[in-house]
Amino acid sequence: MSTKTNIIQGDIKKRIDTWIANYPEDQRQSATMPALRIVQEANGGSLTNDLMDEIAEYLGVPPIAVYEVATFYGNYNHKPTGRHSINWCNSISCYLRGGEELRARLEEKLGVKPGEVTADGKFSIKKVECLGACGGAPMCQIGKDYHENLTEEKLFKILDELE
Amino acid sequence: MVYQNENCFRLNDQERSYDIDVYMANGGYEIWKKVLAGELEPAEIIEQVKASNIRGRGGAGFPTGLKWSFMNREAPGQKYIVCNSDEGEPGTFKDRDIHRYNPHALVEGMMIAGYVIGASEGYNYIRGEFWEPYQIFKNAIEQAREAGLLGKNILDSGWDFDLHVHLGAGAYICGEETALLESIEGKKGQPRFKPPFPASYGLYGKPTTINNTETLASIPMILAKGGKWFNDLGVKNAGGTKLYSVSGHVNSPGNFEVRMGTPFKDLLELAGGVWQGRKLKCVIPGGASTAIIPAEKALEMNMDYDSIANAGSFLGAGSMIVMDETTDIVKVCRNLSHFYWDESCGQCTPCREGTGWLMRVLDRIIDGKGRPEDIAALKDVSGKIMGNVICGLGDAATIALTSAIDHYEHEFMHYVEHGCSIFDRK
Amino acid sequence: MVKVEINGQVIEAHEGDMLIDVADGAQIPIPRFCYHKKLSIAANCRMCLVDVEGAWKPLPACATPVTDGMVVRTNSPKAIASQKSVMEFLLINHPLDCPICDQGGECELQDVAMDYGEDVSRYTEAKRVVGDKNAGPLISTDMTRCIHCTRCVRFGQEVAGMMELGATGRSEWMEIGTYVEKSIDSEMSGNMIDLCPVGALTSKPFRYTTRTWELKAHQGIAAHDSIGSHIQVHSKNDKVMRVVPHENEDINEVWLSDRDRFSYESINAEDRLTKPMIKVNGEWKATDWETALQVAIEGLQKAVGNDIGVMASANSTTEELHLLQKIARGIGSENIDFRTRQVDFSADAKGFHTPGLATAIADVEKQDAVVMVGSYLRKELPILNLRLRKATLKGAKVIAVNPQAFKFNYDLEQIADDNGMVANLAGLAKAAADAKGDNDALLANVTATDTDKVNAEALINAKNSIVMLGQIAQSHADYALLTKLAASLAKNTDSELSILPIQANEVGANLVNFLPANGKNAAQMAQGMDAFLLMGLEAADFTDATQAGQAFKNAGFVVNLTAFDSEEARQYSDVMLPIALFAETAGTFVNINGNKQSFKMSVKPQGDAKAAWKVLRVMGNMFNLAGFDYTHTNEVLREVLDNRSTTLALAHLDAEMVSANNDSKVVMVAPYQMDAMVRRAPSLQKTPDANVATMVGGQD
Repeated sequence: MSTKTNIIQGDIKKRIDTWIANYPEDQRQSATMPALRIVQEANGGSLTNDLMDEIAEYLGVPPIAVYEVATFYGNYNHKPTGRHSINWCNSISCYLRGGEELRARLEEKLGVKPGEVTADGKFSIKKVECLGACGGAPMCQIGKDYHENLTEEKLFKILDELE
Repeated sequence: MVYQNENCFRLNDQERSYDIDVYMANGGYEIWKKVLAGELEPAEIIEQVKASNIRGRGGAGFPTGLKWSFMNREAPGQKYIVCNSDEGEPGTFKDRDIHRYNPHALVEGMMIAGYVIGASEGYNYIRGEFWEPYQIFKNAIEQAREAGLLGKNILDSGWDFDLHVHLGAGAYICGEETALLESIEGKKGQPRFKPPFPASYGLYGKPTTINNTETLASIPMILAKGGKWFNDLGVKNAGGTKLYSVSGHVNSPGNFEVRMGTPFKDLLELAGGVWQGRKLKCVIPGGASTAIIPAEKALEMNMDYDSIANAGSFLGAGSMIVMDETTDIVKVCRNLSHFYWDESCGQCTPCREGTGWLMRVLDRIIDGKGRPEDIAALKDVSGKIMGNVICGLGDAATIALTSAIDHYEHEFMHYVEHGCSIFDRK
Repeated sequence: MVKVEINGQVIEAHEGDMLIDVADGAQIPIPRFCYHKKLSIAANCRMCLVDVEGAWKPLPACATPVTDGMVVRTNSPKAIASQKSVMEFLLINHPLDCPICDQGGECELQDVAMDYGEDVSRYTEAKRVVGDKNAGPLISTDMTRCIHCTRCVRFGQEVAGMMELGATGRSEWMEIGTYVEKSIDSEMSGNMIDLCPVGALTSKPFRYTTRTWELKAHQGIAAHDSIGSHIQVHSKNDKVMRVVPHENEDINEVWLSDRDRFSYESINAEDRLTKPMIKVNGEWKATDWETALQVAIEGLQKAVGNDIGVMASANSTTEELHLLQKIARGIGSENIDFRTRQVDFSADAKGFHTPGLATAIADVEKQDAVVMVGSYLRKELPILNLRLRKATLKGAKVIAVNPQAFKFNYDLEQIADDNGMVANLAGLAKAAADAKGDNDALLANVTATDTDKVNAEALINAKNSIVMLGQIAQSHADYALLTKLAASLAKNTDSELSILPIQANEVGANLVNFLPANGKNAAQMAQGMDAFLLMGLEAADFTDATQAGQAFKNAGFVVNLTAFDSEEARQYSDVMLPIALFAETAGTFVNINGNKQSFKMSVKPQGDAKAAWKVLRVMGNMFNLAGFDYTHTNEVLREVLDNRSTTLALAHLDAEMVSANNDSKVVMVAPYQMDAMVRRAPSLQKTPDANVATMVGGQD
């Protein structure tokens, strides 16, 4: 069975292969998580069934095993995201320091709710659980970067500076 | 005076503390070299670690020396040392800073631990969101490799050790050690039932030891200065220093490395005291999975296992979530229950079904649609989860909630009777 | 041995046995959902929590190994409280739709809830609803009812060797399913229906046809392959409603192939022949038995002295086959055969070799190395394939020499290149012969490759090993040669040699000598005869169906004992006698191990159809043949009980090496085309295993 997509080639293949080499030779399945992340990044922030099938075939595991992983972990997206995905911490320390109110202001500014993408495709918001930076609450992660001790002013400035 | 930064954070005030030259200029990797030279035998290391009285810093508090002694170093076959850096317990953010400020202590700690248990391979499981800490740690591995401290036949000792990273992808449950192993194997992070324990059936079915980041990063100093030195820093049943993550309603949240047994009051002061001039209402002392301690008791307790147990809670990972007098405890519980509902792995019945039940009842109470029997139901459902689950997540989901009802039942009742919070002037 | 105390009763057990097994052995009930003795332990449902002295938490009996002196209470207040807690959690999101659920009456959740559930639910929040996906023609899904025990998932991974179902998502949104719209294609998929403790996975063909408590259960033997799986036929008002496995540890354990499970649909097929039919002046006329038999006998009597071909399906019972050959020989015909898919009969010159498995079915699990010659075992004999799969999980090496690579559900070495089966098997045999210093003349011009040497070495070093010839080998143009090569390989590697019987009663057919000792074989008969007496056969059962159909048509007179009416049969038959199918008759199948497994009639035959052995008895009488006064199948069987299987020195068959690659001449048969019944089972016909192209290419 050949897959419908062919994203695992060139640099992407090289990156996945590096991760495969990170594990014992007979444990290619271990590279499922890094492969999903790399493919998701290459696909603009989300996965499709066809891409998951391609990963399954590349790693030699049943497709359902890849679906299981891809739907279990919160960082894999199955709907398109904005160019900048804003992962908003929802947990207790951020909540105690005004995280919910600030998120409401963010939603207002962008005109989208969590799970939605702005019309220009630039931003999306995702509610996430504790990101392990409670000392900098309220905080969020945009792309790979953490932004801590957020105030409305600081947050909006960060957003405005993003391409 | 409060002693600070004597162990994992000892280099924090130095520029580029994450670089190998800074680490080595401060005595770093000396122990590793002694170990490789045969000057420090595995048995002696275990003795020192036992003498240090260090207990697992991930939250469970299991004596580290004892855990290491479960592994048969001489048994043939692959073994693994795994570091648990899947820091995700709400209120906990200490391991992130170890990666950022002192990654080489962790590298050295893992190499020593691997040597002691006979593991030539190690994995550091870092939560996927910690991209910056991951980059720093990866760099540290490369620096150690370039310095010849890692790889094949290290410093001609005949010993091989290689260190890898596995990145998580957003699942709190992977902080449970067997779920973490499943995750490295490329599967869903669902805890395994035990026995068998990882020491006999761990990563890829091989004997494995799993330690927390702070535990492993403490090892080089313990061995450099001796187990007794470390033990004496702390108090009975709790040797050494501890990283405390202080968050919530304080003026200067952050991580503080102080000695075990430091009075909570002093720690609160280090964090700048309760913010906005308010009074302390209560504190969750060990991360979201531990019971709430009201101010009166909190202000009298010390930061060690026994003292916090006496105050009715658990030291956990040392994650102090501070709440001021204006805090709506019911909404706090709803926030926590949402976390556990979202993060339940779904595997076992009581946790999968019970966490959602708790959350929905709390949602309804806060929506003003609570019923008098709801409060008893919350406690009853909690009791039915507790102890009936595969791992600690289900239990954890009930602890803060149950303690909140114990201490602040009137706040729940107010919602039920008036449809609003005790703080809403209606 | 250790001593464990459960509810005050002291029980001896092996240390490390799981508590639930020990309790089961002592018949102390512990409720459970996820536990299944044939699957790995999951310990996820938590229903089996019990109170163990010294443990603060209740422990799952399924995952708690017993230790000496352990004191356990399964019914203490603490244990009961935990069990009731779990029950309550399981029910909060389970729909209360038992009245419309097919599982009702045989639902484990329903049963346990009677003991551990409360009358009224306290849960007033919204219940979870899970969307269903179409899982194919055999399994109906209703995943809102799923209690996430993962038995089906584990079955796929561990037993079927084909992970099709998984648990996606997490927390209370974890869903069991295929995730994407995809049919469940395992040839063993129906077992998931049995394993599912609730009504989440139910049988699609059976769905909504009846309530389970209205069913009558009858013991039976599966009628489609030589394993002889034990089954229960469930009937209502003399109609077969479904077939389920009956546990037999030595044979099918608790499993059943889909072919044996769903073939029953054809019993109730529209095109059952329900009345005797005769052709009068080219027109078909329904008639009574007496008339039809009279016409049949007269027609055959006219043909006596000419070439009468007598052929039957190897899924016929031993009794039927015995009586049919007795009639044939009684009227002077030696043209008797069932091997309708065989092409190369050259070995017949030496006699007949009764097929069979050289070890007990269960002992296939103990093999260290197995060579399959011409077999897609997974589709030919699914239960045997499961046993072999278990052997591979324990490290057995399996080598398959086939015309092409197939999708097996375990790791094996497939030798399937352009050299062809003969050359490849010869290479392997040569390597073994070289290793043993055997100058087998047959292999004089054969060269072994390095791979052959490695493989031969593995076979020689294996403590237990088998060389088996499957259906593909048996329908190969060089069957005798392949047999001879396999025999040489077996001899030089100290392996057992097994020619696998494929259909339900090939062994029985051999025992009653349903073979052309001095007559024409099936292929010769298919070239044309003066008259035919057929039982349970259609042209589609022959390798060259067109040729066989033509031969029947050209014959002067054809008597057709058949369960089915068809346009084709009408074209070539002169008399059609309606006979019973497997659940409608009593009889005996002799399985792959030579076990004679008798079964009784489960339901009455449809319409005026009669058990074939009764029809044949009457025919024997009408031919005035001696010894046809039976009143019971036992009496028929008694006549052949002393018959012994026959063996040939297979290494000494008259076969010469050939250089031609004849693999392409093999006509592969899909498992659901194997016999007249499965060809008429509509649900099976909708699956990929209904035709060769999708069987070979359609699955992972």
